[in-house]
Amino acid sequence: MSEQHYESERVVAVTGVGGTVDLGTDGTETPAKAPGGPGGPGGPGPRGRPRSLWSDAWRDLRRNPVFIVSGLVICFLVLISLWPSAIASGSPLECDLAKAQEGSQAGHPFGFDGQGCDVYTRTVHGARTSVAVGVCATLGVAVLGSVLGALAGYFGGVWDAVLSRVTDVFFAIPVVLGGLVLLSVITSNTVWPVIGFIVLLGWPQIARIARGSVITVKQNDYVQAARALGASHTRLLLRHIAPNAVAPVIVVATIALGTYIALEATLSYLGVGLKPPSVSWGIDISAASPYIRNAPHALLWPSGALAITVLAFIMLGDAVRDALDPKLR
Amino acid sequence: MGRYVVRRLLQMIPVFAGATLLIFLMVNVMGDPIAGLCGERRCDPATAARLRAEFGLDKPVWQQYLTYMGNVFTGDFGTAFNGQEVTELMSTAFPVTLRLTLIAILFEVVIGITLGVVTGLRRGRPVDTGVLLFTLVVISVPTFVTGLLLQLLLGVKWGWIRPSVSSEAPLDELLLPGLVLASVSLAYVTRLTRTSIAENRRSDYVRTAVAKGLPRRRVVTRHLLRNSLIPVVTFIGADVGFLMGGAIVTERIFNIHGVGYQLYQGILRQNTQTVVGFVTVLVLVFLVANLVVDLLYAVLDPRIRYV
Repeated sequence: MSEQHYESERVVAVTGVGGTVDLGTDGTETPAKAPGGPGGPGGPGPRGRPRSLWSDAWRDLRRNPVFIVSGLVICFLVLISLWPSAIASGSPLECDLAKAQEGSQAGHPFGFDGQGCDVYTRTVHGARTSVAVGVCATLGVAVLGSVLGALAGYFGGVWDAVLSRVTDVFFAIPVVLGGLVLLSVITSNTVWPVIGFIVLLGWPQIARIARGSVITVKQNDYVQAARALGASHTRLLLRHIAPNAVAPVIVVATIALGTYIALEATLSYLGVGLKPPSVSWGIDISAASPYIRNAPHALLWPSGALAITVLAFIMLGDAVRDALDPKLR
Repeated sequence: MGRYVVRRLLQMIPVFAGATLLIFLMVNVMGDPIAGLCGERRCDPATAARLRAEFGLDKPVWQQYLTYMGNVFTGDFGTAFNGQEVTELMSTAFPVTLRLTLIAILFEVVIGITLGVVTGLRRGRPVDTGVLLFTLVVISVPTFVTGLLLQLLLGVKWGWIRPSVSSEAPLDELLLPGLVLASVSLAYVTRLTRTSIAENRRSDYVRTAVAKGLPRRRVVTRHLLRNSLIPVVTFIGADVGFLMGGAIVTERIFNIHGVGYQLYQGILRQNTQTVVGFVTVLVLVFLVANLVVDLLYAVLDPRIRYV
């Protein structure tokens, strides 16, 4: 009996949350729900509670060490980007040329960079830029990409063809190159031009995923049924299609968040992203590279922080994908 | 097959036009093409107006674009503001970047596929976990960090290589930059090969090959590898375009005078002709590489037939 439950959960996960009609333990039809009760890799769940793809995924995630570690790292990053002064009280712009390139010493564990700024303070304060760019750009890309992709996938026809060609065009332009061209003429010294640029070049990726996902979901029986009952386009898209098509978008967006952070640092390293006196790991790495012989520590600390941040987000994306993609179980 | 190629070539036209127009607009609308001509100072209005008329910059943008594209197809990429022909810059820059890209592809093929096969055949063992973790780290560390760290270690600390590449860029000096350029794609190739091998290992034809008593080596190389490499080959093919466009960072770190270097200089000095010309060629390379990959699909996998 419990073996059967195990199977039916998989079926629910494959076809999506809302649509499958499954025979519950008591023999009644329970649409949109897998039967509660024993089964699943994580031991018995509370009997009779509805179990969706999301609660299944959450149960998987809580037991995944990769998710826990990357989640803790990300929580820490978010905290220090909100309140950097909590662990680094000095100002990142307070520099003393007399101490330039000096190594680690009491009160300054990471030493000083080429301008005599405290590397520890700058590394801690640099987190804010990276997290802000990553989160805002991902939100922008996800909203713009999934709306355009979902509309194209749902309505098809001319708009679909136009969207496909437009995404082709954006894919043909190398990202770093586009960034150099667009951002080199902008003199503003905030994170917004960088975020805007990433959204501009990043949305086609999400749009493709969302389009494919919507096309798959819209052929399901429950969408046909809802349409037959006279549901409007808006209701179909928002209530029936979106909840079941959003999983791939979330996975790709989480992994993309890490790559956007890396992209911001790369652009700042090339001198077109953020510019001093902004504090960003990319700027610090770029500034430290000429002194690589005498003061490698000024290069290593921001590089390490950047690498760990990107790694944390990519690992989180990996874990989320494993949890949401039932084929891999 | 012939009809498919023609259709694909026709489909390339709007993408090519769109991508080049986008870059053309970015360069011409966002920046001021004649700003770089008067050095550090601003041009005085009379000179600026004369220069605009001379270069046809007073005409509407779409007309400028059409004129430019017309010239490009007769082989005239224009003249950079220092008087050098853009084609001349290309003839020195593209061979260097091409060599760099080839080395990067070689690394992807040799290291990436080997690691992928080894881990795919030993799924779940320590080797597999180790390599998988390693690829995750390589993907996460941005290329410019990998490049700077390797330059610091191999070039400065241990003195194995020259930290920067001379202007002729011989093959042996390009080895480390090639590895850095390849690093992220290499990790992807490893993961792709691993998944593909692990998937095909359970397929019927492999079981048949094993059952009829073929030696393991032959099963792996002739049966398993051949079928598993189809997605890998297509990935590597599509990567050619990305690598050439992504070489900006690598070329900057190792001071290689290739396409990325010229583009970077062109953008900093607002050298419109150089930037648009180089990007046009890069977009073309990208599109042709993708077309070749799609055609390769049919050659590698006889189940796929284009009509």
